[in-house]
Amino acid sequence: MDDLLSQIEPMIPSLRRYARGLLHDSVGADDLVQDCLERVIAHWHLRRNEDARTWVFTILHNLAINRLRQITRRGQHVAFEDLNEDVLARRATQEDGLVRGEIMKSLNQLPDDQRSVLLLVSVEDLSYAQVAEVLAIPIGTVMSRLSRGRERLRQILENPTASDMKPGSHLRRVK
Amino acid sequence: MTDKPVTEDDLHAYIDGVLDDTRRAEVSAYLKKYPEIASRFASYSVQRGMLHSTLDPVAEEPVPTRLNLTHMIAPRRQNRVSYWRAAAAAAVLLFAGGSGGWYMHYIVSLPREGVTALASEASQSFATYASDPVRPVELRADNMLQLVDWATDRMGRKPVLPDLSKSGYRLMGGRVISTPHGAGLMLMYDNDRGTRLVMLTRPMIVDQNKTMTPHSEGKVDGWAWASDGMGYSLVGSLPSHELHPLANDIRRQVLGQA
Repeated sequence: MDDLLSQIEPMIPSLRRYARGLLHDSVGADDLVQDCLERVIAHWHLRRNEDARTWVFTILHNLAINRLRQITRRGQHVAFEDLNEDVLARRATQEDGLVRGEIMKSLNQLPDDQRSVLLLVSVEDLSYAQVAEVLAIPIGTVMSRLSRGRERLRQILENPTASDMKPGSHLRRVK
Repeated sequence: MTDKPVTEDDLHAYIDGVLDDTRRAEVSAYLKKYPEIASRFASYSVQRGMLHSTLDPVAEEPVPTRLNLTHMIAPRRQNRVSYWRAAAAAAVLLFAGGSGGWYMHYIVSLPREGVTALASEASQSFATYASDPVRPVELRADNMLQLVDWATDRMGRKPVLPDLSKSGYRLMGGRVISTPHGAGLMLMYDNDRGTRLVMLTRPMIVDQNKTMTPHSEGKVDGWAWASDGMGYSLVGSLPSHELHPLANDIRRQVLGQA
């Protein structure tokens, strides 16, 4: 149990960050991390993967995907203002808030499989091979999702009116 | 300089900072020649930075108490008895609640017996519990002794807990469930991909010994058999041919321990 503590504890901040990036609901994201950690504790002595980080991210990712499917099925009830605050994690200055709110809203327009690759590569700094293992897909698929995701995100960010952003979001940019 | 053409993958690896020095220099020279491509990747690089700066504050927040690993490990070491009591209480409620539902089941469905009935009960347990994100099992793998005691007490037979770790499936835990033919033990397994399997075992009245047969109900496939008065059914949303070797393995282990 002591090696569990020393290996897993340092990962918790990044697990929370990944869950929040996918779920944009802070309570729901921490629920996932809690569920993930409980599985890690229960299965620690049975893990086969030498790379604990990849193993833990695989567990968290699968939980997150199941959760996202449920949300899609049931419909999500998050008020727009709540969404913004949750994503921001702390009260930021207004200028920061605009940029941050915008990138998260843009990111959320991507399909789940592209969002996960983008977050794992760009934010969690997993290697392409690790991402392939977490998502159980070939490395070529990781690269094509990364490429499509980045390009789509660029188009949304550079041309927000052409995308299906929520009405009102462009008004917020007027100072 | 190598003469390997620069790929789209190289360009992504360039902004993700994972190229070796030689290749990085080559890609960098390439980007200087093609400003349009350079501007596209510059924009990806800005995205990368924005995602980081947006989400990094989450990682800097103090870790909430409920995610404190030390607290999470501690109750597993100390409070097994009270957890067991709660589980026993839950089992009583489960039986009380379950019997009403099963009465209706009797009325609306054709009577089934033996291994066929067992197979159907296993598929239903899978449908109910394997999709449960919160508490798929009542007692987890680290409380196996209690689970065996509980099941032995309810079924009147001591169950075998098969080990499927060679095939990559770990025992998550289990629970005693209600079936029209008395109490049964449901065990759940999962692998690193989160794929879950359910095995149901209970004493048999009809079909005391029966060879293994495949069954299918909706998207759930499985294999069921009986030996020495105990019935077994392994189900999952895997193709039947992938479940078969696992079912064979379970049968072998059960026979080995009988």
